[in-house]
Amino acid sequence: MSCPLPEIRVTSTVGKTEEELSRRRAELAARLGKQLPAGTLLTHEDELRPFECDALSAYRRQPLMVAMPRTVAEVQAVLRTCHDMAVPVVARGAGTGLSGGALPLEQGVLLNLSRMDQVLEVDVPNRLARVQPGVRNLHISERVAQHGLYYAPDPSSQIACSIGGNVAENAGGVHCLKYGLTVHNVASVEVVTIDGQHVRLGGPALDAPGYDLLALIHGSEGLLAVIVEVTVRLLPKPVYAQVAVAAFARVDAAGDAVASIIASGVLPAGLEMMDRGCIEAVNGFLDVGYPDCAGLVLCELDGTQAEVSSQIEAVSGILRDAGAVEVTVSRSEEERLRLWSGRKAAFPAVGRLAPDYYCMDGTIPRRHLARVLNEIKALSEHYRLSVVNVFHAGDGNMHPLILYDANREGELQRAEKLGGEILEACVAAGGTITGEHGVGIEKIDQMCVQFSPTELQQFHDLKAAFDPSGLLNPGKAVPTLARCAEFGAMHVHGGRLPFPDLERF
Amino acid sequence: MTAGNSVSIPPDADLTEALQNAIHAALADQRPLEILGSGSKRFLGRESSGQRLDIGGHRGIVTYEPSELVMTARSGTPLAEIESLLGRHGQMLAFEPPHFGPGATLGGTVACNLAGPRRPYAGATRDFVLGTRVINGKGEILRFGGEVMKNVAGYDISRLMAGAMGTLGLLLEVSLKVLPAPRVEATLAFERDEPQALVDMNRCAGRPLPVSAAAWCAGVMYVRLSGSETGVAAACAELGGDEMLPDTALAFWDALKEQRLAAFSGEGVLWRLSLPPATGSLPLDAESVIDWGGAQRWLRTDEDAERVRWVAGEAGGHAVAFKDGDRQGSVFHPMGGVLMQLHRRVKDALDPHGLFNPGRMYAGL
Repeated sequence: MSCPLPEIRVTSTVGKTEEELSRRRAELAARLGKQLPAGTLLTHEDELRPFECDALSAYRRQPLMVAMPRTVAEVQAVLRTCHDMAVPVVARGAGTGLSGGALPLEQGVLLNLSRMDQVLEVDVPNRLARVQPGVRNLHISERVAQHGLYYAPDPSSQIACSIGGNVAENAGGVHCLKYGLTVHNVASVEVVTIDGQHVRLGGPALDAPGYDLLALIHGSEGLLAVIVEVTVRLLPKPVYAQVAVAAFARVDAAGDAVASIIASGVLPAGLEMMDRGCIEAVNGFLDVGYPDCAGLVLCELDGTQAEVSSQIEAVSGILRDAGAVEVTVSRSEEERLRLWSGRKAAFPAVGRLAPDYYCMDGTIPRRHLARVLNEIKALSEHYRLSVVNVFHAGDGNMHPLILYDANREGELQRAEKLGGEILEACVAAGGTITGEHGVGIEKIDQMCVQFSPTELQQFHDLKAAFDPSGLLNPGKAVPTLARCAEFGAMHVHGGRLPFPDLERF
Repeated sequence: MTAGNSVSIPPDADLTEALQNAIHAALADQRPLEILGSGSKRFLGRESSGQRLDIGGHRGIVTYEPSELVMTARSGTPLAEIESLLGRHGQMLAFEPPHFGPGATLGGTVACNLAGPRRPYAGATRDFVLGTRVINGKGEILRFGGEVMKNVAGYDISRLMAGAMGTLGLLLEVSLKVLPAPRVEATLAFERDEPQALVDMNRCAGRPLPVSAAAWCAGVMYVRLSGSETGVAAACAELGGDEMLPDTALAFWDALKEQRLAAFSGEGVLWRLSLPPATGSLPLDAESVIDWGGAQRWLRTDEDAERVRWVAGEAGGHAVAFKDGDRQGSVFHPMGGVLMQLHRRVKDALDPHGLFNPGRMYAGL
């Protein structure tokens, strides 16, 4: 399956003939080949195929070639050469990204950093781990477990996703509400700029001189610089955790319960919600036995045993007061893991309902949950595609999953349209088009809805401060103003639609 | 609002238009501006040459949703007003910002990115910034981020504003994540010499205890625990030490945060050293006050600035001539060539005519 891909113009190739392009390609391969060890540069079609997409597999494109450096010096060599020849570069980690951020360019080099996979240093007294960008998220926690420490952000792909990609996307996870996003858990990064300069942003202290360029790199989707090293902060592993699972007859009651928990002064480690469609999918997929209901809330508390035991009782009471028809509290670690297993298997479970699903990532102020869910329902009916909802309820991050069949004529296009409108509904509710998956290529048109032309221009100016020639991951994350004009979207400012009373689908 | 008897509080007002006009006028005259809230942190940074632009009148809490843990206020809103409102709802600014004056504003607090004792355990000001409305150096009103906790649409220009000392734009509104205030707090005091205190504070931070502050001053290590009654009681029993009376403890942490402890006054430059927390005692001629579990050290000394910076740099950190230093020279730690070049380009991207607080952070920025 494939989608009509947005055209990305790379100035250096515009107007070039086939012959010229082929000569350029040969020259690039020769120059890179001279500087890189054998086996580091892939140029054959068969070798390139595995890199034609990331986890947003609806978009595919074969790169010009793939470089797989093992050292910072090799990354510098690739970037300097590409800069010199005006060849665009797309950096890629494990390729688990969901927004097509690592989608290659036909006339560009794909810089695969997965071979830079060493843990360089664990500093126990300062609770830091210095790692290469290709180190897997979960591997960090495994490596430092012997010291009673762990790395907190846990995106659902944590078994496979790499830390460099986590920084580039500012990855979240189910424990963000209490422990923050990637940006809150990284002390410093080392980056290489497009002209091959190597610089550290941040440091092992709690702050660094100058502007917070470290924060700026987080979520910049490979458009500003290439991350070649990350120093993460480690936290002491909580000794104890318990989860309460509550069933509600109405989704809005479940939403109110979440608000009541937060208002009560408890800060849960995880606070998740699922709707009926998702609960049914999970119950059909594994033997977790979630109650048949309209909305399920999972609330996890962690800390010392004394703290958790007292708070879990309070939380159960709040859930019951909010109208829960059933509340189950884990009484053992096995039971806790079992109760979570359903939530963790939500995506594969939903995957069984239809040949394909499309995962959205809008975030809304939680108080608008019921309204946005209703809008999603109406949109789902309008486009004749089912939508099930998983929700990081604690921080307002929704993951509506649109079910479709790519082999049916026009369904993918319908799914994309439906997805786009869901995101626009999120912006209209005062939220954002992406909470943790990134804009990439997938949500680039919706950026025109969330930001005004002057705001987008400010992003472009900032990009140019790091990458004046525009060679790093061009065409992603921030749309050109021309593209927005073509897309014809209305910029929705501060949640106020131009005609709020008009019905919209 | 809890107004004092003799203090008259100006009404909330949205001065966006007036501020934008002032910036357009300054642009037309090519006249740089010094952005000022209440001036409580005017001592910090290099001396700025711009014409004063007061934002103190642009004030008021725009939205506050306790159950969403989010608050948005205009930049001139007094910190005290925000903290008192949050307090009434059992919530707080978890970065425990120092005020350094009764009129301290939200805008100044975010621009300086200063944080109090809770910082290593809860996060800095920049960690709680969710969104901003700003006027850039072209006089354009821009909105970045928002009122939601997860948001990766566009570059994080909001967080970039935190700690930029007003050199990248004028903050109009800031949205912050707020947190529930702990139900109970207890502070334990231990007699310790400095090296042992540094070891102990870092050991504590590496264990799953509800630590919310750790400091050392004049032979005593202070550890604050925050959380539920049972959680704090269990941690107190585990750690030992002498539990301070609640009022005494409160006064101590406040004096540390607001720099009213005796060690903050005296001769010489007041230096702030930001270091990896487990860094040992410093080879400098003055005794430090240690906050942030070892990661922030304050000391008054006449030692050569170069030497103080060298000591901080060797340890992997940096040094700020926080008060009473040479404000024409370097206040913040000098940066390397590539990094400085990136800074200049970032400044040019947001404030191309060098309108805002020129030279406040670094000469030429």
